[in-house]
Amino acid sequence: MAEMQAEIVHRHEAPKAFIWKYIFSLDHKVIGIQYYLLALFSVFVGLTLSILMRIHLVWPQASIPLLDKVSPLGAPGGVISPEYYLSLLTLHGTIMVFFVLTTAPQGGFGNYFLPLQIGAEDMAFPRLNMLSFWTTFAGLAVLMATFFIHDGPPIGGWTSYPPLSAVGGAAGPGMAVGETLWVVSIAIFCVASMLGAINFIATTLDLRARGLSLMKLPLTCWAWFLTAILGLLSFAVLLAAGVLLLLDRTGGTSFFIPGGLLVSDKPILHSGGSPLLWQHLFWFFGHPEVYIAILPGMGVTSHVLSTFARKPIFGYRAMVYAMSAIGVLGFCVWGHHMFVSGMSPYSAFAFSVLTMAIAIPSAIKTFNWIGTLLGAKIRFSTPMLFSIGFVSLFVTGGLSGIFLGQPPLDIYFHDTYFVLAHFHMIMGVASIFGIFTATYFWFPKMFGRMMNETLGKIHFWITFVGVYAIFMPMHYLGLEGNPRRYAEFIDNFLLPLMSVHRFISIAAFITGAAQLIFLFNLIWSLFKGKKATENPWEATTLEWTVPSPPPFDNFAGKHPVIYHGAYEFSVPGAEKDYIMQNSPEEVAADH
Amino acid sequence: MQRKIFLTLCCVAALVFVGCGQKETTAPEESATPAEQTAAPTPIDQSTVGSITGKVSFQGTKPKVARIMMDQDPVCVEKHGGQPVYAEDGELNSNGTLPNVFVYVKAGAEKYTFATPSTPVELDQDGCMYKPHVLGIMVGQTLSILTKDATTHNIHPMPKDNREWNMSQAPNAAPLDQKFSRPEIMIPVKCNQHPWMRAYIGVTKNPFFAVTGSDGTYTIEGLPPGDYTIEAWSAGFGSGEVRQELKVTVGAKESKTADFTFKGVSGSIRSARRGPEFAPALAVSRRERYLTWVKRDNSSLAAFCLLGETSNFSGLVRSQLI
Amino acid sequence: MALAVALVVVIITLLSGYFFWAHTWWFPIDISKHGGAIDRQFTLTLIITGIIFVLAQLALAYAVWRYRDRGDGRKARYSHGNNKLEATWTIAATVLFIGLTLMGYHIWAGIHFVGAAPGAMRVEVWGQQFAWYFRYPGPDGQFGPVHIGDKYDPATGKYIDDNKVDDATGNYLGLDRDHDAASKDDIVTATLAVPVNQQVELILRSKDVTHSFFVRELRLKQDLVPGMEIPIHFTATKTGRFEIACAELCGLGHYKMRAFFEVMTEPDYQKWLQNMAAAQ
Repeated sequence: MAEMQAEIVHRHEAPKAFIWKYIFSLDHKVIGIQYYLLALFSVFVGLTLSILMRIHLVWPQASIPLLDKVSPLGAPGGVISPEYYLSLLTLHGTIMVFFVLTTAPQGGFGNYFLPLQIGAEDMAFPRLNMLSFWTTFAGLAVLMATFFIHDGPPIGGWTSYPPLSAVGGAAGPGMAVGETLWVVSIAIFCVASMLGAINFIATTLDLRARGLSLMKLPLTCWAWFLTAILGLLSFAVLLAAGVLLLLDRTGGTSFFIPGGLLVSDKPILHSGGSPLLWQHLFWFFGHPEVYIAILPGMGVTSHVLSTFARKPIFGYRAMVYAMSAIGVLGFCVWGHHMFVSGMSPYSAFAFSVLTMAIAIPSAIKTFNWIGTLLGAKIRFSTPMLFSIGFVSLFVTGGLSGIFLGQPPLDIYFHDTYFVLAHFHMIMGVASIFGIFTATYFWFPKMFGRMMNETLGKIHFWITFVGVYAIFMPMHYLGLEGNPRRYAEFIDNFLLPLMSVHRFISIAAFITGAAQLIFLFNLIWSLFKGKKATENPWEATTLEWTVPSPPPFDNFAGKHPVIYHGAYEFSVPGAEKDYIMQNSPEEVAADH
Repeated sequence: MQRKIFLTLCCVAALVFVGCGQKETTAPEESATPAEQTAAPTPIDQSTVGSITGKVSFQGTKPKVARIMMDQDPVCVEKHGGQPVYAEDGELNSNGTLPNVFVYVKAGAEKYTFATPSTPVELDQDGCMYKPHVLGIMVGQTLSILTKDATTHNIHPMPKDNREWNMSQAPNAAPLDQKFSRPEIMIPVKCNQHPWMRAYIGVTKNPFFAVTGSDGTYTIEGLPPGDYTIEAWSAGFGSGEVRQELKVTVGAKESKTADFTFKGVSGSIRSARRGPEFAPALAVSRRERYLTWVKRDNSSLAAFCLLGETSNFSGLVRSQLI
Repeated sequence: MALAVALVVVIITLLSGYFFWAHTWWFPIDISKHGGAIDRQFTLTLIITGIIFVLAQLALAYAVWRYRDRGDGRKARYSHGNNKLEATWTIAATVLFIGLTLMGYHIWAGIHFVGAAPGAMRVEVWGQQFAWYFRYPGPDGQFGPVHIGDKYDPATGKYIDDNKVDDATGNYLGLDRDHDAASKDDIVTATLAVPVNQQVELILRSKDVTHSFFVRELRLKQDLVPGMEIPIHFTATKTGRFEIACAELCGLGHYKMRAFFEVMTEPDYQKWLQNMAAAQ
């Protein structure tokens, strides 16, 4: 291992030219920031789309300035049409799931901090790393192109179920060129994610510093490592599914299209395919994807909770086992998205039991987080606030899963706002809270300056209360049977629910606007923030042993040696209330 | 090495931009009128023009006109005061003639170029029906789609030669203006929200077309002297569209008569082209059907198998064939 | 700060819980035989998850408030966890969650593992962009074949035009009443009417894309998958007029894809059916 590190030191000399230093950089830190910026751009696009959707839902006739310039067909006179609503919905989902929740926690923070936390000079394959970022970028570019094509973006939703997504333009606006671009974009993204995943796995396994056994790894590294494994296996399946769908659309095959279809009076010349096959392949990816989004959040929450509680993480091994169990079980539960799909009801019940099984490790993690706080000495800095928010949201979002995981209840709740509430709470907002935690926590290390605490706290309060105000009422809408993906509410039973929708929309506008505080804080602190010391949070892991920001070769050619686990806080008899992982100091009760 | 990667990335980027660029260029192509449209109109001596007039009659047993069920949208039902509404295709006039027949000059006018009229053709949506049911429009002329209904419609022309589009129109929304860039007889227009709604649009290069009304007659005016082929098109009588052609020579200032007669056919025209009969999928007992469902849905099994073996795949594909 | 976090978490928890408790927004009435069991399973799940929700959030709030840094020089407790506690909550979670889903087994089995009784009335439910049509077999009890789109002929590998669907002239399902004897008396309607207290078997089919049949009051939802015929059955126990919504994204008019579902007394139903037969 030492040999390998030496080699990396030789290979890595800081490039001088701008293009090699900042654009096509091989430095994991620059690539991490590139990923983060890509996700930051995407998240604001996705957020804008959701705000537009909320406007349309409560004021369907509202004319939005400039929108008719972006899409004269979809929003004539700036009024969002039902089909444009579906376009917004499709792109909101796709952008958020793929280009935000998958890239920021893993590609962004994982890239930046995995090598630092394991004492490596860089990722195992720096060129692959650069390639995976630029491939992701290409995927995003193709997806964004759908906004500007004549027909507009696809309307098939981020799940893109065939035959709707497979039969071309007859199925609706955006389903011709737009949908093809969508499939291509996702296929490109799959390739990028797999390239990234290989790199993460190799780095974690091969480049750890001397003494850093797997059970001494920070939980963040465990999360990134498991996420990478999930990504490698699940994106491969989605890539295959995407290629099959592309062939159905353009190559005349019939993987997903059965015979005898008549779409808008147009006979579809395909036969023999199965629409359910796509659902299986998609959710075989789609369910692990949920964990790809949330595992890094779990990792960073554990890390930050322990750091700011000044207390070792409660049940480190249980945390590792629980995350691994989630990873394994995550591949066995995809059918719970398909209880009412027409899948064999016998499979449905098997999936239900497995789904309940995955709730167990999730419960273990929650209990461990609360356990970590018991007897702690909590410092309420912004990253800690977001971690606490994460735990609260994880509990709320997780428990609604207990309803949806039971087939008899899912009959009623499937594709209603209850589902919307569930996955936004847990996969959307909780993951985003993980990203916020990571941003506030690591910003000083990444840019050498502290973020503004006051602005950070304002941001936390509005966001935390705001997301509950947005997503909690969606459970009630679900109880009333409000179906999701409705552009307008015309059914008699939906009309009385408009007041709830108005409340949600207003909450969404406020919460959305509060994100500008975050953006401002980010940019302001970059230039005007207080200078950060080497270890401003008094944390224990290796990234805090190097200057902020770290030099090009991370450890200046030195090879850190690890003596302790990642969470040695408040050790009795120790000089300070934390012991760095590479400190040779003896610990009485070291595990 | 770095250079190589850089070059590869440049190629990828170039491909992406070329891809986007192509899409950008396809967009205006639809709105651009064909080259000949931009040419100056051929001068026609108005003092010599003649006309064709005629009647479209129907022979045979009166076709059964279907009743339209608007139950799904109470707005549509109320607009008709709860009265039954009948389909327009297959409707006859009281004098035994056919309404909604599109008659146009199919051949003989190619040597002329015509200016695109600046007045739009209107297609109205009223009571969840298109008004008119059949209409003609020139290439490049504006089709203005209006709505009088308190429910959202979507307008979905399904052409073969023109670009297909599908747009929603909310109540009280501004008219939708659209153009067709290529001649096509006929383009069916559908509202997917109210699937019974149907209009037919004939797009022609010349202004010589007419639609029969409640007396079954039509008149095409302003024809320069010459030999013409005129065609009458009808949506048919519950059995698909029908067409008839006539050759007419129009002299200077002459008014010619050209009558068409459509014959009602017993049975359906399409049944003649029918393919081999497939066994009705439902002629099995309930229990069997139940088992078939469970058996047919081996897609979850297939997905399981995908990881290891793919042998189940062909079975899956077979079983989905009905 | 600690107090603020704790208070906000407590307030959010109590407020969220209150609306469940007060049934401010709740299920619509249940008009099906199987719906009662679903509602009871929901209530049970709600009680269990509700307790966990409140306890977990309150524990979080308590820990955050109680163990804040008071600046008194006290050190945090040095502990790496407690295996006994881990085992306890693992087992508790397992029993609770798996037990809950097993308790729902009989409901699911009753809906899906057994077919409809032999005497059940059969209706075909057809979905298309964006309308519902329903087919009653008529006096012969047989559904005639449908001629939709083109048929694939495996012998020649060609597609043969077999389409008889014409929405504009009322042949929504492509029936060939002239040639198919079983189709002659089929009744196609745009409203689904069923007699009360009689078992009904629906056969779900789609003409184009995937739709989903959802009647809230029936506690019934099932996708219509093109290429498949999916049977579901129910018994409606109350008369009235309800709405059928589409619950699977099917295109631009998804939100408008609805129809009405009427549960009638037997004589009303027979009268309605005769009217419909006359309108064919």
